[in-house]
Amino acid sequence: MTERTLTPVLTRRWLSPKSWTLDTYTEFDGYTALRTALAAQPDQLIQLMKDSGLRGRGGAGFPTGLKWSFIPQVKPGEQAGGAAAKPKYLVINADEGEPGTCKDVPLMMADPHSLIEGCIITSYAIRAHECFIYVRGEMLHCNRRLQQAVNEAYQAGYLGKDILGSGFDLDIVIHAGAGAYICGEETALLDSLEGRRGQPRLKPPFPATSGLYEAPTVVNNVETICSVPYIVNGGADWFRTMGTEKSPGPKIYSISGHVQRPGQYEAPLGITLRELLELSGGMKGGPLKFWTPGGSSTPMLAAQHMDVPLDFEGAAAAGSMLGTTAVMVFNTSVSVPWAVMKWTEFYKHESCGKCTPCREGTYWLTLILQRMVRHEGTAADVETMLDVCDNILGRSFCALGDGAASPIMSGIKYFRQEFLDLCAKQPGYGRPQQINPGSEIGLAGSRR
Amino acid sequence: MSRAKKRTGNPAFTARPVAAAGVPDQAAPTTLTTVQDVPVERPVRVDTSVFDEQTWQRAGEIIARYPRSRSALLPMLHLVQSVQGHVSQAGIVFCAQQLSLTTAEVSAVVTFYTMYKRQPTGEHLVSVCTNTLCAALGGDDIYSRLRKQLGVGHEETAGRPGSKGSITLEHAECLAACDLAPVLQVNYEFYDNQTPESAVALVEALRRGDRPAPTRGAPLTDWRSAELQLAGFFGAPSELRDAVDAPSAAPETLAGNQLAQDNGWQAPATPDQAPPLPDVAAKK
Repeated sequence: MTERTLTPVLTRRWLSPKSWTLDTYTEFDGYTALRTALAAQPDQLIQLMKDSGLRGRGGAGFPTGLKWSFIPQVKPGEQAGGAAAKPKYLVINADEGEPGTCKDVPLMMADPHSLIEGCIITSYAIRAHECFIYVRGEMLHCNRRLQQAVNEAYQAGYLGKDILGSGFDLDIVIHAGAGAYICGEETALLDSLEGRRGQPRLKPPFPATSGLYEAPTVVNNVETICSVPYIVNGGADWFRTMGTEKSPGPKIYSISGHVQRPGQYEAPLGITLRELLELSGGMKGGPLKFWTPGGSSTPMLAAQHMDVPLDFEGAAAAGSMLGTTAVMVFNTSVSVPWAVMKWTEFYKHESCGKCTPCREGTYWLTLILQRMVRHEGTAADVETMLDVCDNILGRSFCALGDGAASPIMSGIKYFRQEFLDLCAKQPGYGRPQQINPGSEIGLAGSRR
Repeated sequence: MSRAKKRTGNPAFTARPVAAAGVPDQAAPTTLTTVQDVPVERPVRVDTSVFDEQTWQRAGEIIARYPRSRSALLPMLHLVQSVQGHVSQAGIVFCAQQLSLTTAEVSAVVTFYTMYKRQPTGEHLVSVCTNTLCAALGGDDIYSRLRKQLGVGHEETAGRPGSKGSITLEHAECLAACDLAPVLQVNYEFYDNQTPESAVALVEALRRGDRPAPTRGAPLTDWRSAELQLAGFFGAPSELRDAVDAPSAAPETLAGNQLAQDNGWQAPATPDQAPPLPDVAAKK
């Protein structure tokens, strides 16, 4: 067995009966961190997050404490002016939708109070008195659980006016989205929360100075904020006993696809796919062919990358990204061009249309891939796609375009021959079932 | 012939007077007498009486949640769908009136988001994930079987929309339940680990008027009720509590925890007392 074992921190209440209730939450140290935090100076909490090395769990890995410290605050003895004089907001990005990602939804369902407590501590640290949790609309049960948790927190005096006698006021609003992947991009989320089409904004100005209603705003991922109460209770040194120097702490790894026991595995950052596969019972239905370390927007990896440490640095060194640690595992029955086509159809559907490279690029890439999977492509299509991707990556308005290029570029990088074989008009015999012309599964998705 | 009689097309808008620039048009409405007066959207004559007193009150409650009223638009559109089963022109006008927006501004938002349906929706909305991972594990197969079974395509409805047993089918993007693939949702409640056969049986039951319990989520109601909840109206406290206590965790969700418990693995223990917070004054 592997030396590294699982470290349930964020998930430690999940096995308890009715883990989502206030009673269960308080039974296991719930809202104790809040008392510690409210007794401290807000700047101490920001410094604590910096010391802990907590990095954003939504995909980008930006240092959380640093993000909080960008919020302009009125300094003692100074006249309030500019952005510092405006109200501050905390917005939680709970719009989980990156293909493969399924960590925030179970976290919010099983332990909504850890998010609420994290929100209160964070709001206190950044001096916000209003917090919005933007939950993906399709996640109705999450919406329910969070609303109930908020109701319970108000009744218990953890929300509202003069929280626990500290003089600090906070209101939390649960806001359901309406089905748009792009709203997981923080500035698109803010536009959506303002009642507009969810399209990304030009940065700068960054949300820290001009976010929601042009006021200083912190936008953080669910898992990031859920980590906050544990760091307050355990301290930075405790948090750093897990993970690596630059990527400390525990992380929920979601393993899905062709594995024996898919599910949520909370482990220190830096665990490898080989270890995760051991923990989840190994491959199912065939050997490993390709996988993503953190959702479809993170370049795919292949069997030779099983020992890559899955932390921010390790994934990047292997030419990918850690992303959301949504580990999708595919065995040899799956055609890479087909998988890439399905993902590209997704990005085409979800492109907001604001910028040309992404809007047009995903449209044409989808057509090329569909044609290729129909056995009507040409060998030149591979180069054409790489050329189009080159014009999307780094040239689109937001990261959605970069994400759209990832599966194609990485797919061709590791499985170029498979794309070329498709163009060689070889008979369907012996091919993976998805691209076998006679298959029932066939192109059902692409003919929609 | 008076200009008013010549006007055809959408009565919601007043046509720009066609008089030569600078020449006042005698017959034109007094508010639009010159070409310089760019035609504005006039108050739209659309019947919004379908939205009753309670809906008005709820719209007001949504607005009150936010520092700025426009933020209420997304939940208000969910509210509108809970009344009409889709976002109609009346729904657009209703939201525009509530929020002092133009109907164009509201329409722009409606057409952007997948969950706002422009056609009347069935009693139930069946959403099949056909993103890559679910598709590879059978999601595409499930979707094509349901298409055949219902005789409809994406965002089409079998049966008269809104009638008992009517079903709108759609293929959905990743539904954030990949460890339980392939998944589908009915009215945004989860049915996990589906097969074509189980999905067909589920849809047959829905057509009969049965409401099989979801794997994760509250007992099934209908799509409009789900939309009301997304607008933030969860019913009486007891109703919400019952719905909240409905199942959420699948064995897959708990796989890691179970393994850790079985092996006695734990995260490093936190100190008994929270360690002192960093002294910020000293650091500066």
